[in-house]
Amino acid sequence: MLNLRALRLVLLALPFLLLPNSAIRAQEAATDIPAAIQAMGEASLKELQQIVADLAATGSDSVVPALTALGAGNLYLDETSGTVLIERGSTYLDPISGEPVELGADADLSKIRVNNGLRRDIAAALAGMTLMSDNPSRRLTAAQGFLANPDPANIPLLDEAIAAETDANVLKAMQAARAVTILGDGEQSVEDRQAAVPLVASGAGRNALTILNSALNGAPEELVPTIHSAIAGLEQERAIWGALQNVWFGLSLGSVLLLAAIGLAITFGVMGVINMAHGEMVMLGAYTTFIVQLVIRQNFPGLLDYSLLIALPCAFLVTGAIGVGIERGIIRWLYGRPLETLLATWGLSLILQQTVRSIFGPTNQMVIAPTWMAGSTEFFGLSITYGRFWIVIFALIVFFMLLLILNRTPLGLQMRAVTQNRRMASAMGIRTPFVDAMTFGLGSGIAGLAGVALTQIDNISPNLGQNYIIDSFMVVVFGGVGNLWGTLVGALTLGVANKFLEPYAGAVLGKILILVLIILFIQRRPRGLFALKGRAVEQ
Amino acid sequence: MKNFSAKSALLAAALAGSVSLAAVPVMAQDDTIKVGILHSLSGTMAISETTLKDTMLFLIEQQNAKGGVMGKMLEPVVVDIASDWPLAAELARQLIEVDEVDAVFGCWTSVCRKSVLPVFEELNSLLFYPVQYEGEESQRNVFYTGASPNQQAIPAVDYLMNEEGVERWVLAGTDYVYPQTTNKILEQYLLDKGVAAEDIMINYTPFGHSDWQTIVSDIKAFGSAGKKTAVVSTINGDANVPFYRELGNQGVMAEDIPVVAFSVGEEELSGFDTTPLVGHLAAWNYFMSVDTPENEEFIAAWQDFIGSEDRVTNDPMEAHMIGFNLWVAAVEKAGTTDADAVIDAIVGLETPNLTGGVAKMLPNHHITKPVLIGEIQDDGQFFVVWETEDLVPGDAWSDYLPESKMLEADWTAPINCGNYNTETETCGSAM
Repeated sequence: MLNLRALRLVLLALPFLLLPNSAIRAQEAATDIPAAIQAMGEASLKELQQIVADLAATGSDSVVPALTALGAGNLYLDETSGTVLIERGSTYLDPISGEPVELGADADLSKIRVNNGLRRDIAAALAGMTLMSDNPSRRLTAAQGFLANPDPANIPLLDEAIAAETDANVLKAMQAARAVTILGDGEQSVEDRQAAVPLVASGAGRNALTILNSALNGAPEELVPTIHSAIAGLEQERAIWGALQNVWFGLSLGSVLLLAAIGLAITFGVMGVINMAHGEMVMLGAYTTFIVQLVIRQNFPGLLDYSLLIALPCAFLVTGAIGVGIERGIIRWLYGRPLETLLATWGLSLILQQTVRSIFGPTNQMVIAPTWMAGSTEFFGLSITYGRFWIVIFALIVFFMLLLILNRTPLGLQMRAVTQNRRMASAMGIRTPFVDAMTFGLGSGIAGLAGVALTQIDNISPNLGQNYIIDSFMVVVFGGVGNLWGTLVGALTLGVANKFLEPYAGAVLGKILILVLIILFIQRRPRGLFALKGRAVEQ
Repeated sequence: MKNFSAKSALLAAALAGSVSLAAVPVMAQDDTIKVGILHSLSGTMAISETTLKDTMLFLIEQQNAKGGVMGKMLEPVVVDIASDWPLAAELARQLIEVDEVDAVFGCWTSVCRKSVLPVFEELNSLLFYPVQYEGEESQRNVFYTGASPNQQAIPAVDYLMNEEGVERWVLAGTDYVYPQTTNKILEQYLLDKGVAAEDIMINYTPFGHSDWQTIVSDIKAFGSAGKKTAVVSTINGDANVPFYRELGNQGVMAEDIPVVAFSVGEEELSGFDTTPLVGHLAAWNYFMSVDTPENEEFIAAWQDFIGSEDRVTNDPMEAHMIGFNLWVAAVEKAGTTDADAVIDAIVGLETPNLTGGVAKMLPNHHITKPVLIGEIQDDGQFFVVWETEDLVPGDAWSDYLPESKMLEADWTAPINCGNYNTETETCGSAM
C-alpha cells in the first residue's frame, strides 16, 4: 500500500541501516544539530518536516529533548533574541544542554507549531531513538511507537533491543512490534510472516484488527487463510465484547436516568404530586456546582480536584431547601388537585429557568472535570471512561443511601406510612404536612445531586432540566410509582434498551422507539413494573 | 358575564402591553435607519449566536462613528429567536412590519433560514446570512456571506484525502437540513472519487445530544479496518461540547482519527479545555489567528468594544462584517435603503476581508472567499495548516449532485433567476 507516510518513513529509516545503535554518537559533520534546532524557529511546515528528518537521521540523543518538546507543543521561539527554547512549567531551557535560560525583559515568545503529519513523523523518529534508552517506560513508548509505525528497516534494531531487554512488559511490546513489522513486510519469508500472525493477534491490543486487515492487502496466497482465521477469531471476540460494551453504555445511561428520576419517584409516590419543576432542581444543582467551583478556583485553587465532592452537600442543601420552600409555598395549597399542581409546577419551572437565565446569562457555563474523572481505561475488552464509571458508582451509592433512609430511619418509616395510607398514618399521629415537606425536600435534594453528576456529561445551561424531565417521567411511569427498586430496574432497563437500539436505529429513532415501547407496555401494566399494592393505594 | 369580560379585557391589555414592550425604543422614524438582528440568545444555539448579535452592535456603532449611512444614524433592533425556528419566522415578520427595519442580519442554522425565507420574499426585505451552509439555494432577498459547500466542505475533504491520506469516512451531523444536504453532496463527491460505499458511515443525532458513548465507540470500531479514517462533523450547537469531551475521554487522537468540523470555531471552543483536542481540524474562511494588519485592527477594536480580551473572533463574525459593509456600500451607491434598489446595486461591489483579500458580491448572491484549514491548539485557537491560493467564488448549486449541476443562480438581468437551468435554458420553479 503506497502512501506518502510509508515513503516518509522509509526516508527516515534509511539512516538507521547505517547507524543501528543509536548509542553511538552520530557524526555531527552531516547535520549541525544546534543550527538545525535554531532553524526550527522560523521554519514553515514543509521545512520543519525536513529538519525533523535531518535531526532524526543523526541518531544523536541530544536531539531527543528538542524533538519531544516540538511534538508536545512545548518548543518556543524568542522573537527578540531569535533563540529556540524548551518550556517546562514556568522555566525555559536550552534545547541541547537542558540548562535553564534567563529570559530578557523584552522576550517575545511564540510557540513553534506543528500539524498532525509532523506529530506522526516526530513520534516515529523518537521511537527509533529511545528504543535503547535507560528508562524502561521510554523503551515501552518507543516499542509502541514502532508498533504504530512499522518499518522493515527497523527489524535489526528491534532484534538487538529484544536480545538486551530485561523488563517483561517492554519485551512483550517489542516482540509485538517486531511481529507487526514482519507481517507487513513483503520481503520476509511466508513462514516468518505466518508465525507472526498469532503474535500480532495477541500482542497488538486494540489495533490488532486494523493491522491484520491492512496486512490482508497484498498478502501472498498461503498467508491469507491464516490471517482470515486470526481476524475471524478477533471479530468474534469483539462481537462479544461489543455487546458487553453496549451493556456498559446502557448501564451508564441508566445510572444518569436513575439519578434524575429517583427524586421524582419519591415525591410522586408519597404525595402524588406531579412536579414539573423537577428538571429545574437538577439544573440548580448543576449551577450550584458551577458556583462552588468558581469560589474554589478563586480562593482555594489547591482544592480544585475535590470541587465536585464539596459541591455535593452544597447542592443537596440548596435544592433541598428550595424544594421545602416550594412545598410550603405552592404545593401545600393544591393537595388533591393534580391538574392545578401540574400547571403550578410548570409555571414554576419557567420562572426558575428565567431567573437563572437573568442571573447567569443564557449561555452555557463550564465546569472542569477533576483529573480523576478524565480519560478512560481498558478493562479486558471493554473501554471504560472514568467519568461515566464514577457516575455509575455514585448513582448506586445514592440509591442505597435512599433505601437506607426509607427503611431504617424514623422519617423513612413515616414516609412509607404516608405513601401507603395517608389518612391512617395521620390518625396514628404522624404529622403528614411535615412528612410532605421533608419528602419534597429530599426528592429535590436528590435531584440536586443528579445535577452535580450531570455537569460532567452535559452542558450547564438554563435549559438543562428540560432535557431530563421527560426521561424522569418515563422512568417513573415504567418502573412503578413510589417504589425505589422499580425506579432502579426501570432506569437501567431503559438505558440498556436505548443503547442496544442506537446502533441499528440511530440516536433519534432510538429515542422514539423507546417511547413507543413504553406506551405499549403501559397498556398491559398501567401501574408500571413494580406497582405498589394495597387498598389505599388503588385510590 | 361581567367577570368574564373584565378578565378578558385585562388579559388583552396585558398581551398588548407585552407586545409593545417587545418592540424597540421609540425614535423618530425619519432620523434613523433601522437594522434588524435575528439571532438565538438562548437555547441550544446560543453558544454560537450570542456573539453574532454583539458583532452587529459593534459594527453599527463603528458605522455610526463614521457618520452613519447617507448621513443618518443606524439603529439596531435585537430579537431573540431562542433556538425556536417557527418563532424566528414570527420575529422576522415583526422586525419588518412592526419595527420597519431596512435589512436583517441573522440566523445560523439552515432550518432558521428556511423558516424565515417566505417572510422575506413576501415582505420584500433583505436577509444577510453569515454562516456556512449546504447550498442548493439562492433567493433574491437573501445574501449568503457564509461558505457554500464548494468553499468549505469540498476543500476540507480534498485536504483529508490528499494530505492525510484518508480512505474511510464518517459523516456525523445534527439531524436537520444542513448536515443532511451537505452529507448528500459529500457522499456523492466521495463515491465519484472512487471511495467504496462501505467505506462511508453516516449518522445523525438530535440537537443538544449529550450521550456520545456509542457513537464515539462506533467511530473507533469503524476506524479499525486498516484504512486511515476521518470524521467529517456537521454537528451544530452545544452538542459539540459533550462530543469533543467523549472523544478526549475515549482516547480518539487527532493523529489517528482526525475530526474536521464545519460548525466549530473559536467561539464554540472558548471556555473549553482543548488540550485533548489538539490536532483536530476545522475548515473556515477566516481564523482569529490569521496574521494580517486588518485582522489585528478588527480584533483590537472588537475587544475594546466588548470590554474583554477573552472574547474571540470567528468566521461568521467576519461574514457579518463583510455583509454589513457590502450593504452600506450598496445603500450609498443606490442612494436609498429600498430593497429592490439595494439588490440591484449590490452585485459586483467589493469590500476587503480580514485575511488580506477582497470579498466580492456575485450575481448568485454569494461572495468570494479563501478556504483555510486549521488545527485546534491547546488555547482554543486554530493553526492554519493549509489554505487556497486564490479566492474561491461561492457556488449555490452543487456540481456534484445530478439534480443541481445544471442549475445556476443569477439575479442580474437578463436571467434574474435563482435556479436557472442551463440545459433547458428556463427558470425553474422557486426553491
